[in-house]
Amino acid sequence: MNRRMIVNTLGRMCQLSAALMVLPLIVALLYREYKQALCFLIAISVAFVFGTLLSLICHTKNKVIYAKEGFVTVVGVWITVSVFGALPFVISGEIPSFVDAFFETVSGFTTTGASILTNVESLSKSMLFWRSFTHWIGGMGILVFVMAIIPKVSDRSIHLMRAEVPGPVVGKIVPRIKDTAKILYLIYIFLTLLETALLYFGGMSLFDSIVHSLGTAGTGGFGIRSDSIASYSVYSQWVIAVFMVLFGINFNLYFFVLIRKIGIALKSTELWYYIATILVSTAIISANVFSVYENLSETLRHSFFQVSSIVTTTGYATADFNNWPGLSKGLLFVLMFAGGCAGSTAGGLKFSRTIMLLKMIGRQIRCMIHPRSVENVRFEQKSVEEGVLNSVAIYFAIYMFLILMVFLLICFEPFGIEGNLSASVSCVNNVGPAFGGECPASNYSAYTDFSKVVLSFAMLLGRLEIFPMIIAFSPSTWIKK
Amino acid sequence: MKIVIAGCGKIGTTVIESLLAEGHNVIAVDDSNLVLQDVTNMYDVMCVCGNAADYNTLTEAGTQKADMFVAVTGSDELNMLSCLIAKRLGAKYTVARIRNPEYNGQGFVFIKDQIDLSLAINPELYAARELFNILKLPSALNIETFARGNFEMVEIRLKEKSPIDGMSLIDVRKKYPGKYLVCVVQRGEEVFIPDGQFVLKSGDKIGLTATPTEIQKLLKKLGILQKQARNVMILGASRTAFYLSKMLLKSGNEVKIIDIDREKCVQICDTLPGAVVIAGDGAEQELLLEEGIKSMDAFVSLTGMDEENILVSLFANSQGVPKVISKVNRKELSAMAEKLGLECIISPKRIISDVVLSYARALQNTVGSQVETLYKLMDGKVEALEFIVKDDFQHAGVAIKDMRFKPNILIAGIVTGRRAVIPSGDDTFKVGDRVIVIAADQHPDDLTDIIDQ
Repeated sequence: MNRRMIVNTLGRMCQLSAALMVLPLIVALLYREYKQALCFLIAISVAFVFGTLLSLICHTKNKVIYAKEGFVTVVGVWITVSVFGALPFVISGEIPSFVDAFFETVSGFTTTGASILTNVESLSKSMLFWRSFTHWIGGMGILVFVMAIIPKVSDRSIHLMRAEVPGPVVGKIVPRIKDTAKILYLIYIFLTLLETALLYFGGMSLFDSIVHSLGTAGTGGFGIRSDSIASYSVYSQWVIAVFMVLFGINFNLYFFVLIRKIGIALKSTELWYYIATILVSTAIISANVFSVYENLSETLRHSFFQVSSIVTTTGYATADFNNWPGLSKGLLFVLMFAGGCAGSTAGGLKFSRTIMLLKMIGRQIRCMIHPRSVENVRFEQKSVEEGVLNSVAIYFAIYMFLILMVFLLICFEPFGIEGNLSASVSCVNNVGPAFGGECPASNYSAYTDFSKVVLSFAMLLGRLEIFPMIIAFSPSTWIKK
Repeated sequence: MKIVIAGCGKIGTTVIESLLAEGHNVIAVDDSNLVLQDVTNMYDVMCVCGNAADYNTLTEAGTQKADMFVAVTGSDELNMLSCLIAKRLGAKYTVARIRNPEYNGQGFVFIKDQIDLSLAINPELYAARELFNILKLPSALNIETFARGNFEMVEIRLKEKSPIDGMSLIDVRKKYPGKYLVCVVQRGEEVFIPDGQFVLKSGDKIGLTATPTEIQKLLKKLGILQKQARNVMILGASRTAFYLSKMLLKSGNEVKIIDIDREKCVQICDTLPGAVVIAGDGAEQELLLEEGIKSMDAFVSLTGMDEENILVSLFANSQGVPKVISKVNRKELSAMAEKLGLECIISPKRIISDVVLSYARALQNTVGSQVETLYKLMDGKVEALEFIVKDDFQHAGVAIKDMRFKPNILIAGIVTGRRAVIPSGDDTFKVGDRVIVIAADQHPDDLTDIIDQ
């Protein structure tokens, strides 16, 4: 294994995290938060010096990476970036405990949006911005970001992209990885700016609209008020709800729209399943919670907002769904598994996998009735290879095991099955809020440090779709026989 | 440029690799998902799975807007058909591999015109031409021709006790005056573009440019001129063997072809009445000895297996055959074979990718000149290019000493009409001239690219 190349890349990523923190530094200076600015400056220097040292020590001419190196690099990068991203919180003392700060940063980068802060409003503006900015970077992927900006991308970097971009298969939209990454990021930036503008002109303050757009774009869900989005205007709530849905759609489809091939985008099976799920769930929940609000527009708004927030694994809330009837809560719990479309910024199982699993079940049943029947599973107008189907089925199994494992590890916490199970599901799927807590802006502060670390890794496992983490941490990757 | 490659076999992947290195956007089409999986893992390309002649596959690959379409699947008919469809869809230039000798006959121009093909490549024919050139001048490891054969680049290995071992290039020129130029030297892994002070050592592989007659003269003076091979033994009745034998027979040589497959032997016997064809296992040393390998001037191993070619060539080497050439397609194997002492190796894959590359280079925004031929030399580290000076070339008529060239560029020759000169400072590039340029670590598209602006 090309260890030097991996460490070299990690060093460069430390430098990158230093570069990323320049943005909140600027925010701190703009808002005259000089103490925070100093903290960011310290964090930046530490990350930069450390990164430079690493990349200098492990300088190598052999730059070839294979699948194994790809997985290890991606996992290493996510962990390093999270560690360095947590520094400002610790140094400034706004989140004094390192475990808490690590949890918060991982939750940011993995676009989970689970927080340990009991009083969000007390945080300084620059820290709030940094928190939401981690969502934005993590949403599309840190390494994809790097590929979009560095001049020369190695031929084999598809291994990196495959490990980082969620979904069963990675589809390039143009021949070069670099160009693909660039186009994806441009679409991403455009949509984010559009949302910011819409929110800003709808009366939200500039800072709030930027922070919320960043949170929506990465389908993260860090709010800056304890009641999340509930106290904003009706207009803002609708805008955020619609954009959450937009960011849960496969970005490749936007590319097709861009090159005026809307026909192809509209033919996407996954898209229609996704929209249908949102509409049907909204309808059911509306009917169920109508008695709570007794006002049609309010009922629809709250139902739609909560459904899109949970389906896309964002985690913003306009209403405390803990007080909703059991049916609605149950439905929302199930929707946590759904997780947007493949190739979007959302977490979770992904609709494409669910659809393939359902089709495989159908095929299995028909196969039992007609033992000699030959049938291909078709998805997006094409037959899916057996290898892909197999990996989807195995992914589903390991994903379920992971949720159960996490649940087992934290089940000693005194929050009952509802609280612990929903927390595990929520973290693995990168949703954020859990049930049974005090409020949906969900708070993990009451968990012990051990559980926080477990949940942090659960979030990373969920974001990187499990296998890369297992490969990186399995002894066979590291031990030479 | 956007280039679609149909067929990701040996040649397809080599072409992909070299086009990527030039910075082109490549889309690969193949009908096997497994092959494409490997291709996506190895190269930064987009892959489309499907039949290369299928309208849907080609549109999915974006052939409508492709600058170049290269069809190198295993089947000639498929290549022609997919090029035709690609052209009709809107691909600007189409290149097809057409290897069947029947299609390369008299009907060739007709077919090429009818399907509007920009370039047809026949790997076996190209390989045979290269082999033929080497057999004409067996002292050389490799010969590349420029300006329709009026100028050549010859690679030779300096043996121990060579008269020029330890001499600087200036001294070499004093001792052996003539119109030639040493333009590249490969020593171990390193490649140099030498200046006058450069000292040659035994074991160096050097590249000489000159006209064919000058090269003959120089090699004679150096005492390393081997006579043209008259008796050639060829192992493997492949298409390359067919083309090569045809050329050899035409210029009055003796050819003996050995193949294990009786059917193939009968076939080649049919088409090549002058050749001696032996049906037998060429890997059997007894057979080779019986057929007089010891008295052969040259032995060419052209079977489909790299490994077999290497092993049999080693045997031929040990039997004292003066010139042994082996076909080795896999890059890593050819490096190994070289270490084992096989000096002369040809790779049809590389020849084809050079042809496609020079064609792609010529299509690019060429101002002032156009790439006519391109060869990758010394394991691909150096390029030898031939440009034709066009009338919009800005520096036409300027003396070479007044032009500032980029580093690692060497002007190896200027061919005006049929007259070739080794350039001195007072020579100029005139419109219509063919200029031969040696470039290390760079990929010039036209003559303006080599001039420091």
